[in-house]
Amino acid sequence: MSGTANREAVFPTRQSLGLMKAKLKGAETGHSLLKRKSEALTKRFREITRRIDEAKRKMGRVMQIAAFSLAEVTYATGGQIGYQVQESVRAARFRVRSRQENVSGVQLPAFESYITEENNDFGLTGLGRGGQQVQKCRDVYGKAVETLVELASLQTAFVILDEVIKIVNRRVNAIEHVIIPRTENTIKYINSELDELDREEFYRLKKVKNNKKKALDEAEAEMKARQALEGDKMMLSGKGGDEPSDLLAGEDEKDVIF
Amino acid sequence: MEGLFFNVHSGYVEGIVRGYRNSLLTSSNYSNLTQCETLDDLKLQLTPSYGEQLANVASPFTTSTIASKATDKLVQDFRYLRAQATGALAKFMDFLTYSYMIDNVALLITGTLHERDTKDLLERCHPLGVFEGLPALCVASNIEELYSIVLVETPLAPFFKNNLRSADLDELNIEIVRNTLYKSYLEAFHDFCTTDPTLKGTPTAELMSEILGFEADRRAINITLNSFGTDLSKADRKRLYPEIGKLHPEGSLMLSRADDPEAVRLAVEIVGEYRSFFDQSGLGQGPGSALGGTQKSLEDIFYQKEMELAKDTFTHHFTFAVVYAWLKLQEQEIRNITWIAECIAQNQKDRIGNYISVF
Repeated sequence: MSGTANREAVFPTRQSLGLMKAKLKGAETGHSLLKRKSEALTKRFREITRRIDEAKRKMGRVMQIAAFSLAEVTYATGGQIGYQVQESVRAARFRVRSRQENVSGVQLPAFESYITEENNDFGLTGLGRGGQQVQKCRDVYGKAVETLVELASLQTAFVILDEVIKIVNRRVNAIEHVIIPRTENTIKYINSELDELDREEFYRLKKVKNNKKKALDEAEAEMKARQALEGDKMMLSGKGGDEPSDLLAGEDEKDVIF
Repeated sequence: MEGLFFNVHSGYVEGIVRGYRNSLLTSSNYSNLTQCETLDDLKLQLTPSYGEQLANVASPFTTSTIASKATDKLVQDFRYLRAQATGALAKFMDFLTYSYMIDNVALLITGTLHERDTKDLLERCHPLGVFEGLPALCVASNIEELYSIVLVETPLAPFFKNNLRSADLDELNIEIVRNTLYKSYLEAFHDFCTTDPTLKGTPTAELMSEILGFEADRRAINITLNSFGTDLSKADRKRLYPEIGKLHPEGSLMLSRADDPEAVRLAVEIVGEYRSFFDQSGLGQGPGSALGGTQKSLEDIFYQKEMELAKDTFTHHFTFAVVYAWLKLQEQEIRNITWIAECIAQNQKDRIGNYISVF
């Protein structure tokens, strides 16, 4: 990977290095959390898929029985009762309640069915003949609708979970394959830039030191040269250059008169 | 004596009816039908009887198409007979259509009260119960109007007049209205068959009295059984029992007091025949046992009995009852075909033998 292309546009400073490191750590924590969430959701998803399969098979059976019981009604009453039933119904007997279920932070709607027993609007249908079949058929269809509601609740959960899992997986992948490498790259870049700067600095310091040393040396050399020169001069002027070596010896020095 | 002049006015019709009876499906036909794998096979098997009606039906056809086509044939045949009938037979056949009219009128009353589409309602009416004034019922906008139209326009006026007030149409459940009418109809039909000067003392009176009595008893028993667990009061229930038949009056009284199937069983015990029905169906011996899968339900047994009565009717000569019997047999045949077709369509072969065949 080219170091320049896949990184964030930051100035390579120590501060941004710190920021980047914090970001990397955050990304890693987030990644592991999201990964766990995705796993939990997937587990739930599999379970729902299995239950949908079961519910669909069950529905097949129940619907078959229901359709057949309708055939029995047709046989027993010898006519169409559908219209009569439609007209005599006033209030729903079979009702559905919805509640929320929380699965790793995802709100899944769950439908719950219940039957209001006292509500029997077409209890008198088929009074003359076939009434028992009508009631039986109603019960069977009630069961069929119950299965349908169960299936609907599962299907809704299925769709929502599917979506959520996709989003979570996309996030996990984005963090894993984009954000983390990019942050790492940025850190590497910042590090290398900082190293570079360090080296430059070091080299500069070295140079400066060298220069300073050179200057010092030169200065020293000059000093020495000058001293030597002066010594020579003193030597030349008569007095030995080893005057300080024997201060007491020089009693013949002129007195200092103030 | 009745044989002497019967053929002068009704011989042709009787002959035709006996011909129709011979074209009804027999047990071997039914066993062929139950062997069918698909509805197309079924159609092929039905060709001898219903070829004309089923010929032009497009291939993917359903059980309801079969039922409606078979009903078409019945209606067609009945209308032909009605056109040939004269005098008392004509009146007799009119009486036959009244039961369908009751259904249709009840349907229209329901629809009109709920302001439904008229055209849709008329399509749902049974073709045998269609009469000239029927569409007029849909014009009514309120109960009063509807009631007066029923009285003026329909042949059902006498049934309405004596039993229902205009307010009842609104207040009572339509099923109660229907059953009140039906009770009144059965009584009137019975009265017609036994007291009409041309029918009195003839085999017609004898046979129809038995058949209608059975019908009345069946209704009474069914109403009682079906009213358990509903808000129909006992007094109301009692008013729905026809005042004819073997159960009237003691049995009816006991039925009206019944609270559970066991009490119904006790009530009908005075008639040996019905007791055996209860024994066969297992009703009254335990809760819910009547709905058991393999056992025949009481309704099935009643249908069986009705068909046997209808079959026996054909052993008599010079009677109008054959028309009634033929109509019932033909209806049962349509139900049987629908049942078999339904079983084939839904792949429920284990119950396919539940049809009732008498020939």
